[in-house]
Amino acid sequence: MCLAIVILAGTGGELLAAHAMKQSARRQVTSGSAVAMLLQGGFRLSAMWVGLMLQGLAFFTLLALLSWADVSFVVPATALNYVVGAAGSMMFFREQVDRMRWAGVLLVCLGVAFICASGL
Amino acid sequence: MNDSKKPSLGTALLLALTIVLSAGGNLLLSSGMKHVGSVETGPLIAVVRAFGRAIARAEIWLGIAALLLWFVCSLVLFSRIDFSYAQPASAVGYALVAVLGYAVLGEAVSAARWVGIACICAGVTLIGRTPPRTTA
Repeated sequence: MCLAIVILAGTGGELLAAHAMKQSARRQVTSGSAVAMLLQGGFRLSAMWVGLMLQGLAFFTLLALLSWADVSFVVPATALNYVVGAAGSMMFFREQVDRMRWAGVLLVCLGVAFICASGL
Repeated sequence: MNDSKKPSLGTALLLALTIVLSAGGNLLLSSGMKHVGSVETGPLIAVVRAFGRAIARAEIWLGIAALLLWFVCSLVLFSRIDFSYAQPASAVGYALVAVLGYAVLGEAVSAARWVGIACICAGVTLIGRTPPRTTA
């Protein structure tokens, strides 16, 4: 349950922050796209703040999870956030994730799990 | 759908900067904390002293600055390319941290970690062969 919160809240938070930035970029097409204005536009949207709060929730749930579950299981398992991220961007942003990108995401996921597991 | 198979030069540089800032920031924090010494759970005063030693080190502040800049670059990157492209592509930072840890800090890198680095590089190569932006 806690692992699901870590992965879903963490990736959900990133997706919401990405949504806010994409919205901000669309609004600034006519008025230039200076980085400061882009960021300002993003932080004016509630999606950004909800996203940051979800990432905070994911971080503190991870800390709680690490207090009773084996770190050798928890940290590599959080690499699943790449799979959830790809699925979430297909569902919410209508991105086209083809087979090659899925294969890449799964390899990255496997690689992160290897690196995290080897450091424990 | 945007058919462009490669990110623009600016976006590619931003992605590279995001990866370097993430790896560099973590490396600086790691280097700074190694000088501070192991922070054990114990009396509050010991933790406070360790915190004081940490914030007195330039590497810690440089690491924090690098990670703040990394956060800003990530947000800008999300506004330019697909989330499903940017998120896994930035995982190269994991591989870069391991390589820099080996080369700069002299850390031991196990066979399993080299396998992980190879998997990440192969995965990012595959992702790099897909269009960076598939939405309007």
